[in-house]
Amino acid sequence: MSFLQIKNLRKKIGNVEVLKGIDIELEKGGFLVLVGPSGCGKSTLLNAIAGLLPLTSGDIVIDGQVVNDLHPSQRDIAMVFQSYALYPNMTVEENIAFALEMRGVAKEERAKAVAQVAKTLQIEHLLKRRPSQLSGGQRQRVAMGRALVRQPRVFLFDEPLSNLDAKLRVEVRAEIKALHQNTHATIVYVTHDQIEAMTLATKIVVLKEGMVQQVGTPAEIYNRPANLFVADFMGSPAMNMLKGKVTAGGGIALFGNGGVTVPMPPSISSALPAGKDVILGLRPEAITDDGLVDPTARAIAHVEAEVTMIEPTGSDTFVTGKIDGASFTARTRAEVVVELGQTFRFAFNLDKAVVFDPETGHRVV
Amino acid sequence: MSAAHETVSPGSARAARYVIYAALIFLALVYLLPLYVMLSTSLKSLDEIRGGDMLALPGDPSIAAWVKAWGEACIGVSCVGIKGYFWNSIKMVVPAVVISTLLGALNGYVLTKWRFPGHKLVFGMMLFACFIPFQAVLIPMARLLGAAGLSNSTAGLVFVHVVYGLGFTTLFFRNYYEAFPDELVKAAMIDGAGFFKIFWRILLPSSGPIIVVTVIYQFTNIWNDFLFGVSFSSGEASPMTVALNNLVSSSTGVKEYNVDMAAAVFAALPTLFVYIVAGRYFVRGLMAGAVKG
Repeated sequence: MSFLQIKNLRKKIGNVEVLKGIDIELEKGGFLVLVGPSGCGKSTLLNAIAGLLPLTSGDIVIDGQVVNDLHPSQRDIAMVFQSYALYPNMTVEENIAFALEMRGVAKEERAKAVAQVAKTLQIEHLLKRRPSQLSGGQRQRVAMGRALVRQPRVFLFDEPLSNLDAKLRVEVRAEIKALHQNTHATIVYVTHDQIEAMTLATKIVVLKEGMVQQVGTPAEIYNRPANLFVADFMGSPAMNMLKGKVTAGGGIALFGNGGVTVPMPPSISSALPAGKDVILGLRPEAITDDGLVDPTARAIAHVEAEVTMIEPTGSDTFVTGKIDGASFTARTRAEVVVELGQTFRFAFNLDKAVVFDPETGHRVV
Repeated sequence: MSAAHETVSPGSARAARYVIYAALIFLALVYLLPLYVMLSTSLKSLDEIRGGDMLALPGDPSIAAWVKAWGEACIGVSCVGIKGYFWNSIKMVVPAVVISTLLGALNGYVLTKWRFPGHKLVFGMMLFACFIPFQAVLIPMARLLGAAGLSNSTAGLVFVHVVYGLGFTTLFFRNYYEAFPDELVKAAMIDGAGFFKIFWRILLPSSGPIIVVTVIYQFTNIWNDFLFGVSFSSGEASPMTVALNNLVSSSTGVKEYNVDMAAAVFAALPTLFVYIVAGRYFVRGLMAGAVKG
């Protein structure tokens, strides 16, 4: 049985329905990431789980207990806020111990708990300081300490890394991951950053306009996105979306009349009726130069296209090709010789293809 | 240096600065002149005052007038000085300031962090109270105090000043708490702190600057108030301002300007004291570090 259940959760703010019937389940020790563009309702959902917002309808169940009407402090949850929300008038030590103090834990016990958390997070030398004397990363750590010390049933993280600079963000992200691996805590984590979602989650929920688009492991979300929105939102650079038509031979004709027909692996072509309009989704890493082609791939197509942009990242180079007005981005080796305006021979690995119905936006296969 | 400075030649910039400082110093002197006259007159003898040179330094400074003003001057028919009235004012101003500041803080807290339907209307009405002229409420207030049995008492004056000050103190604290991060309140709620715990432990300790502002404002207003004092108290229960008026207007024999001046300085001292002491705590940045800095 799952540890955290959200059943048909709805939330109206004024006349706007912000959450339109959310169903999510999370097992004990799971790391659930709620991801989506701003305004998708992910923070509202987190606040609802925390009990900071009343529900319009639906249930939130933690460990078998319906917590809908419980005060935030009685839900046995802890939350790390985007702004960290450290109490400015208290030292780090007092900040971490505050929740225990409010719960009437004896002073010696509090001190012991604080010391242990401080050791885990390596902030022992900061205990006597005030939040204003800490750097961004240190504040972040204190905010986590404040959550950890309670040993709650569920941890809630509200975009905890968005106020850190890029380098620190990667470091703290790794720390959060390590923390989860070591403590087996149950975590719900909100972010708009799809890389954070991919790296941290055991389960990702993609939200859009108050509705769940897809629930799955990072690999499922990445490789088998349920619809065009998820495919476009997850992954950077975004997945290439190419309009095409299924041919009688089971391939897909791309780039209009003067284009090419790419073959499909049998697993995909068997599900496609000939003549159907489709959108072919291919991640940039599935379009490469010849030298990077996966030797185990069964369906490879070569496409010659004009190069319209070259973006070296150091490790690889992203090359944008264009045929008949349709652009696509390929990930090639850094060593490959490409030139702007020249024709380049791209290799399409169609084993990795996903096919969408252009009308519904859903994945066909 | 910004580009704006480069368009002005250093010479003319310096000249402009001299003009500005000269004007400022002149205005400061004009402003300080009455204080100087008060102090020097209070230290002079009556003979010297009759000499007529108001701006001269006292030839033979003496604090006799101060002693007399404090303990012997006649106010009405009793000649015991102003000290009793001074304490009256203290007994009125301290509770009135403390209560109105605390209630204002509590109101500001509720109006920003525990919003209820109609909170804007309630706040609007409290603001409106700030603009009702004192004179308009004198008679209703007198009736109310009479009905409550608080007429001619310090407690009555405290009540009047708390009620009248609440609009302002609420305004101060509401605007301050409006900028106070909601997430701190949410965090405290999750941590298990209740309504008053959050107020005492989180909000109030972070309110240093606004408390100082409110206390200075309320202290000055209440201490200097004359209208309520003269309307709702009489005789022994009068506050300092009313007693000072009575002292100056008591005309038995010679007019003792030096005693009047000394009494006036006594009346002004507490507000001066509050500015000097509390002004030091106008420390900015007490909130730094609550959120990302």
